[in-house]
Order: sequence, then structure tokens, then C-alpha cells
Amino acid sequence: MLNVLYFASFREVLGQAQEQLPADFQTVECLLKALAERGEAWQHALLNNQNLQIAVNHDVANRNTAIKAGDEVAFFPPVTGG
Amino acid sequence: MTNPEPMFPHIRICEEDFDLTAEANKLRAGHKDIGAVVTFVGTVRDINEGDEVSILELEHYPGMTEKALEKIRLEAHQRWHLEASHIIHRIGKMYPCDQIVMVAVASRHRENAFHAAHFIMDYLKTNAPFWKKETLPDGSERWVDARVSDAEAHKRWDK
Repeated sequence: MLNVLYFASFREVLGQAQEQLPADFQTVECLLKALAERGEAWQHALLNNQNLQIAVNHDVANRNTAIKAGDEVAFFPPVTGG
Repeated sequence: MTNPEPMFPHIRICEEDFDLTAEANKLRAGHKDIGAVVTFVGTVRDINEGDEVSILELEHYPGMTEKALEKIRLEAHQRWHLEASHIIHRIGKMYPCDQIVMVAVASRHRENAFHAAHFIMDYLKTNAPFWKKETLPDGSERWVDARVSDAEAHKRWDK
């Protein structure tokens, strides 16, 4: 399984903070395409969002990053700390 | 029973406020070769984008935040000769004038401490997974947008 996390505005727009998904995706991009099929909000926040930030296992990642069972994949908007 | 050593003893993410003087003293404790301590404190402003702000709420990504901050800290230690450094970032609800973030750096001479504190803050702004949400006086809430100026501040340290 994959542990998928959504933070900040994504959590609110998508209505969830975390979910477990089958590890059926070779890359982050494949996962994003599957999530986009859930509807417009998902497409807009994730797949079609040029500012989408991605982390895999707590490291900065990108759409081409490979993923496997047991990975934690996080999606979030640009950071605004400090 | 002894407490296990925390994984990142120089990073603290917490809801509680911090005491700047106590933190600066802790940084220097046991070092006789420190000649410079530079501290930066970020605080909550009561105005943003022209609107009054009543509450600022900080969210983060537990686990990744600590890792990202430690990476920034270690990079500062690689770039400059430093004796010690410490980063504190608060999370949860804060109000105007509250302290949000502290970066403290100690070195033998001031130049390295000044540069390193500046570098750590610029990188924290763009690389650490924190998000700010503002509440305005009428009760409405909005997520703070990332600033282009922060991305540019980050770039100045590119080698």
C-alpha cells in the first residue's frame, strides 16, 4: 500500500488529510493521473497544478519520481513558513 | 530510565513560545571558542496584503519538517565554519507580536554567524514544509501565498 498525504489548502479542498492506496503506480505522475479521475477538484489541485509540491518519504520529489509499496507520498502547495 | 537522544537535537518544532536569551545561552554553553552569536526571530505582523490579521495558524508536515530543517542546518555548517546552531519553529495558533521562528548561530568570528543565520532563514522560507493560514477580524480565513521575493532570496545563495 501507499500512504498518501495532503496538506494545507489541499487537505481542505480535497476533504481529506490521508489515505491508503494500492501501490499500483510506477511513478508519482501515474498516481496523479489516477487521482485526477476523481473529479475537477482533484484535477485542478494536483495534476494540472504547476505549483504542486511533492515529497516521497519526506524528501522533495517530482512527477517522475518512482514509487513503491510502503512509500509515503505527500502533496502540498508552496510552503510559507518562517 | 534515561530519555533517548532526540533524532534532531538542534531542531525544535513546538506550540510553546521560547525564551531568546535562554536559547542563546544554551547555544554557547560549554564553548569557550565562540566569539559571535547571531540570532534571528520572526514575529507575527498584524497586517498582511493590506488587511488586518487577528490570528495566524501554522501547519507543518511532521517528520519531513525536521528532516528538511536539519538538512539546511548541516548545509550551513558545510558552507561556513560554525561552532553551533539551533532552529526553533512554532506551530499552531499565534497572534500579532508573537514569536514564530528562531535561528541562532554561533561561530568564532561574526562574519560566519551573520551569513549562516541569513542563509538558514532564506532556505527555511522556501524548503521547510510549513503553511500559514490567516484569520481576519471578520472571522474569514485564507491561506498565505508563497512570495516570489522569498524564492529570489533563496537564489542568492546558489553557488
